[in-house]
Amino acid sequence: MTTLTPTPESPGNRGAVDVQKELYGGQLPERAPLLVIGAAVVVAAALYLAAGVNLMLAALVVFAISLALPVWSVAVEGRRKATDRLVTVLVTSSFVLAMFPLFSILVTVIGKGTKVLGIDFFTFSMRNVVGEGGGIYHALVGTLIITGAATVISVPIGLFAAIYLVEYSEGNRLSRWIRFLVDVMTGIPSIVAGLFAYALFVLFFGEGVRMGIGGSVALSVLMIPVVVRSTEEMLKLVPNELREASYALGVPKWRTVSKVVLPTALAGIVTGITLAIARVIGETAPLLIIAGATDSVNFNPFDGRMASLPVFAYASQRNPGIPPEFSIDRAWGAALTLLLIVMLLNLIARLVSYFFSPKGER
Amino acid sequence: MAKSIDVSDLNIYYGDFLAVEGVTIPIPAKSVTAFIGPSGCGKSTFLRSLNRMHEVIRGARVEGKVLIDGQDLYASDMDPVNVRRMIGMVFQRPNPFPTMSIYDNVLAGQKLNSKRMKKSESDDIVERSLRSAGLWAEVKDRLARPGSGLSGGQQQRLCIARAISVEPEILLMDEPCSALDPISTSVIEDLIHELKAQYTIVIVTHNMQQAARVSDETAFFNLSGVGKPGRLIEVGRTETIFSNPQDPATEAYIQGRFG
Repeated sequence: MTTLTPTPESPGNRGAVDVQKELYGGQLPERAPLLVIGAAVVVAAALYLAAGVNLMLAALVVFAISLALPVWSVAVEGRRKATDRLVTVLVTSSFVLAMFPLFSILVTVIGKGTKVLGIDFFTFSMRNVVGEGGGIYHALVGTLIITGAATVISVPIGLFAAIYLVEYSEGNRLSRWIRFLVDVMTGIPSIVAGLFAYALFVLFFGEGVRMGIGGSVALSVLMIPVVVRSTEEMLKLVPNELREASYALGVPKWRTVSKVVLPTALAGIVTGITLAIARVIGETAPLLIIAGATDSVNFNPFDGRMASLPVFAYASQRNPGIPPEFSIDRAWGAALTLLLIVMLLNLIARLVSYFFSPKGER
Repeated sequence: MAKSIDVSDLNIYYGDFLAVEGVTIPIPAKSVTAFIGPSGCGKSTFLRSLNRMHEVIRGARVEGKVLIDGQDLYASDMDPVNVRRMIGMVFQRPNPFPTMSIYDNVLAGQKLNSKRMKKSESDDIVERSLRSAGLWAEVKDRLARPGSGLSGGQQQRLCIARAISVEPEILLMDEPCSALDPISTSVIEDLIHELKAQYTIVIVTHNMQQAARVSDETAFFNLSGVGKPGRLIEVGRTETIFSNPQDPATEAYIQGRFG
């Protein structure tokens, strides 16, 4: 802590102030954080290996010991810097804590899922398979068809709704209602979307209907609000100057929207859509209700049950048969495949935003 | 080419707010008319009402007449899109389309309207427009590169090329140099001198020296107080306005005593 003591103005007294100390203050050695964290990890590792405390407790020990850093800092550096160190410790540990489940999932799924991966796993269905063998071909096909159809349904609706909100509504009452309802839709539990789709299809086809397209409708209900919201944000980012430049050239509004505004926002819109797909591709509950489960390949979403990866993983784990281990392995394999698809979609989203964003602004 | 504009008794409103009141001004063809005046006095609003661009803002409307060759721009059967095709505009900040190349930016007026053209024809238009805008020599080797990669002054000239490539009758410029450095500014002022042989040019500027340098006619706008509408105080030959203004407010503004 530095105290401000009024210094006389005369140049003769200048030497009385220790400039070095006033400006720099006390400082911990540069490697202090590394030192403390290192010590914490060593202690925790020793406890884990020698005394056999569990992993969670060991992590807690690391956290507790790293709190020594701000305490040390109070003594040497003063309160302001100690607060900075304390907050740094808290923020960093929150980050590590948040990474924990992610890594745990990745390690578990990859560890247990890779076992069954192979050409056969992707090219065989489960038809007439008992015990070992079989594959997820039917579920993979089902997931791609159902999600693809959901995308075909939601993208035009979501895109046009967003265009209406940003370009045409001018903040009228209808647009406020649409925004409110879209926000509400974002929070709809997926099971409710599934029940909605089921109820809708029962009206036309009667009780007990199972159809792939029903699953697509349910997924669209979940996907549309995400598409609307992300597209809306992207359209809002397009500078008004570009619209005015276009109008001033005598370009009608609809051409301005379709040829200036949409291309400028394209990268962001496509990224948003891809992430929306990634969001719904793993939905289980609605598909369980309306798309059902089957062991056979079904290419027709308008006729009968259709398997999908999440439902397949769920069913394989729920009714594994005897002996159970083959079925459980296939469930992990399906989970890993789903994870890979989502990663692929994220990769595509990044590539798209890289290649489609306006040149010179990358 | 090049038409004169006759404005009579024009009131411009934003919703209920009267922004510009009672403007009557003749704008002669093939000359440069400059609008000067303090901020918020309605110069830009008035300029934008000359090609119905102010209608882009919600609640904006006008009363009165804007005649071009005897045709009222605000007649009920007049399509604002056609008005804007005839009266081009250059904005304060250069705004080339970021998704388009330099070549496509110049042709934006045609491309966005899906006008079909032969390659040779469009090449001609691009070269002619860029030459008129004094940009051809600098960009002729990189027409396929994005327009946003140019410097600010070059971008503004690109926007001028884009505006004249559709061959408008009248060119409106809303403070075209305020975001540019002195060298780019002087390039654009030279350009304005050349363009007035073919176009009627109306320019809004905050820079009185610029008005004196480039314009043939000058109009001074002012407002009597905050929340009051802007008015046209006087208009005349630029030499007269700058040497012998009729209104004391004009004299005060030109001499830098306010604004």
